[in-house]
Amino acid sequence: MAYTEEELKKELETKEYEYGFYTDIESDTFPIGLNEEIVIAISKKKEEPEWMTLWRLESFKIWKEMVEPEWANVKYKKPDFQAISYYSAPNKKPKYDSLDEVDPELLDTFKKLGISLDEQKKLAGVAVDIVMDSVSVATTFKKTLAEKGIIFCSISEAIKEHPELVKKYIGSVVPQKDNFYAALNSAVFSDGSFCYIPKGVRCPMELSTYFRINQAGTGQFERTLVIADEGSYVSYLEGCTAPSRDENQLHAAVVELIALDDAEIKYSTVQNWFPGNKEGQGGVFNFVTKRGLCEKNAKISWTQVETGSAVTWKYPSCILKGDNSIGEFYSIAVTNNYQQADTGTKMIHLGKNTRSTIISKGISAGKSQNSYRGLVQVNSRADNARNFSQCDSLLMGNECGAHTFPYIEVKNKSAQIEHEATTSKIGEDQIFYCNQRGIDTEKAIALIVNGFSKEVLNKLPMEFAVEAQKLLEISLEGSVG
Amino acid sequence: MLKINNLHARVEDKEILKGINLTVNAGEVHAIMGPNGSGKSTLAAVIAGKEEFEVTEGEVFLEGENLEDTSPEDRAHKGIFLSFQYPVEIPGVSVTNFMKTAINESRKAKGLEDMPAKDMLKLIREKSEMLEIDRKFLSRSLNEGFSGGEKKRNEIFQMAMLEPKLAILDETDSGLDIDALRIVANGVNKLKSKDNAVIVITHYQRLLEYIVPDFVHVLHNGKIVKSGTKDLALELEEKGYDWLKQETVI
Repeated sequence: MAYTEEELKKELETKEYEYGFYTDIESDTFPIGLNEEIVIAISKKKEEPEWMTLWRLESFKIWKEMVEPEWANVKYKKPDFQAISYYSAPNKKPKYDSLDEVDPELLDTFKKLGISLDEQKKLAGVAVDIVMDSVSVATTFKKTLAEKGIIFCSISEAIKEHPELVKKYIGSVVPQKDNFYAALNSAVFSDGSFCYIPKGVRCPMELSTYFRINQAGTGQFERTLVIADEGSYVSYLEGCTAPSRDENQLHAAVVELIALDDAEIKYSTVQNWFPGNKEGQGGVFNFVTKRGLCEKNAKISWTQVETGSAVTWKYPSCILKGDNSIGEFYSIAVTNNYQQADTGTKMIHLGKNTRSTIISKGISAGKSQNSYRGLVQVNSRADNARNFSQCDSLLMGNECGAHTFPYIEVKNKSAQIEHEATTSKIGEDQIFYCNQRGIDTEKAIALIVNGFSKEVLNKLPMEFAVEAQKLLEISLEGSVG
Repeated sequence: MLKINNLHARVEDKEILKGINLTVNAGEVHAIMGPNGSGKSTLAAVIAGKEEFEVTEGEVFLEGENLEDTSPEDRAHKGIFLSFQYPVEIPGVSVTNFMKTAINESRKAKGLEDMPAKDMLKLIREKSEMLEIDRKFLSRSLNEGFSGGEKKRNEIFQMAMLEPKLAILDETDSGLDIDALRIVANGVNKLKSKDNAVIVITHYQRLLEYIVPDFVHVLHNGKIVKSGTKDLALELEEKGYDWLKQETVI
């Protein structure tokens, strides 16, 4: 390959930089700031092949030209992107020596969620002497998956071990230039998961327990790529009900799903990042891009329970490219205190006979603002497309807000679009009725909220639904005086 | 069982109860009658502990215990049950789930474990048969889309499940047709024992043909202006409330 003068110059610069930077790279955390050198250093640190490094650099170039979007119904102080460190080695060293050193409030929450002591230690970053359980479970999992030809590993590992798959699909659903945060993620993503299900294989287990064990230290710029080959099926679960007290303020993840002909992907998320304190200080900014592509007869189903983060900006979407493909979005978004969420979905109907369903449940308490934003788009060639959307909001108290922004763009006369929306308030009468039956106010709210969210909770895998239910309870604790 | 002394209560600046005295013993059925706005429902809500009402004077005792600082849920745990005039809807929460939660919360308050599922099912079967309730009904969302009669029957079903010491039935007869009224009244009669007591709040004498009271009290303008036996109810049916109103003006 002949170098152009420009490329040569760039490489020399890089080399020079690399050399001078070497000792710094050895340290666990990079210096703050973002530039080409940092992007290259991240790639180096992860021992990535050249094509990946170039892809990151291209993303960085795109990102530099972009501006942060402002259309969402959220207010926050924009992060200073030059004041962030873009790489931290996975935390191998325990933060604490024993559980006694951990914030008791955090431990209390763990207890309420019914998380085992060993797992509590792991989640809080305490040194664990015996992790036999987790290790053996993970090993058994890996073996079962390997027998079926399923690849399930970190994205870093996939870049090295399965470059042909990563190269083909990364950025194919969420292009680098898609949006500001997606471009940033493409340049600096730290790690994430990769999953490939071969043709005709039905993944025999929820890819959840495994993920949960590996939860600690996934980092702030996650990148996930799930590919379901023709006729395959996978149910994937991300996140954790345990509160994540991450110090990183900005989280910008990208998730890409590819469901080839006749394949089905079920992707469930429970997000419980630190929401900030009761006065609205601190908390994570969660700016996520999630999108799935459906080929012929394929189906993608997004289910999310969002209770954390100070600011959420997230629209898991489906591109219904193939004929007869199906997209679903089931969401519960809870905001309390000063939290703000602008979340929803996009259903892009391109193929014929494509169908989509949107069920969104927003619950606002305290002084929070909760917005649903959804787009249903029917392309001119998408004959007989159908959509059903239902957006329900539940308000608690008089100081919170619920907003609905539905966008419908239809370019084909045969489309059938239905949209239903309701707003209700938890009334004193409902609470008193429960009280009178011996149910205290906290429990009454939990009962009402769970009832309100039932259609979505029912879509979660069984064991997770139970945890999610408890999580809703905890998130709304103390929200009625 | 229940003893009320000189009870005064108000909502915001409006005084509604102006000195109620009432004693209800175990094994008794008391009827409280009176015109609209006389304070019947307020009395029921104050006994149940609704915080919207401020008790300015007087006391309510349950089995000798002053309820002054007792929350509505604790009163429920102690055995007070209120059948609501307008039962609320809770979408997505089935009748069964609601009852399970209520029973287990009461058990928890008493330091007991959750009721085993087998016992719970048995109890549900027994009580729903007694009240001629279709089992399908129990999987529906609480009161959502229920007819007036279904809502009231559901209230009595909950009463049967919770087995209270003191049950207050607030206008349970309103919105019921004659068949439903009979079923509801039969249910209440079956639940009656020498250890519990019932207060029936009603406009009309009709319900009292089925649930026969030991005592009848007439509430007017926040006070009990007349007490008597079941014959008083018949007299009211005949003469209306006006003659009592005139009497109390004097």
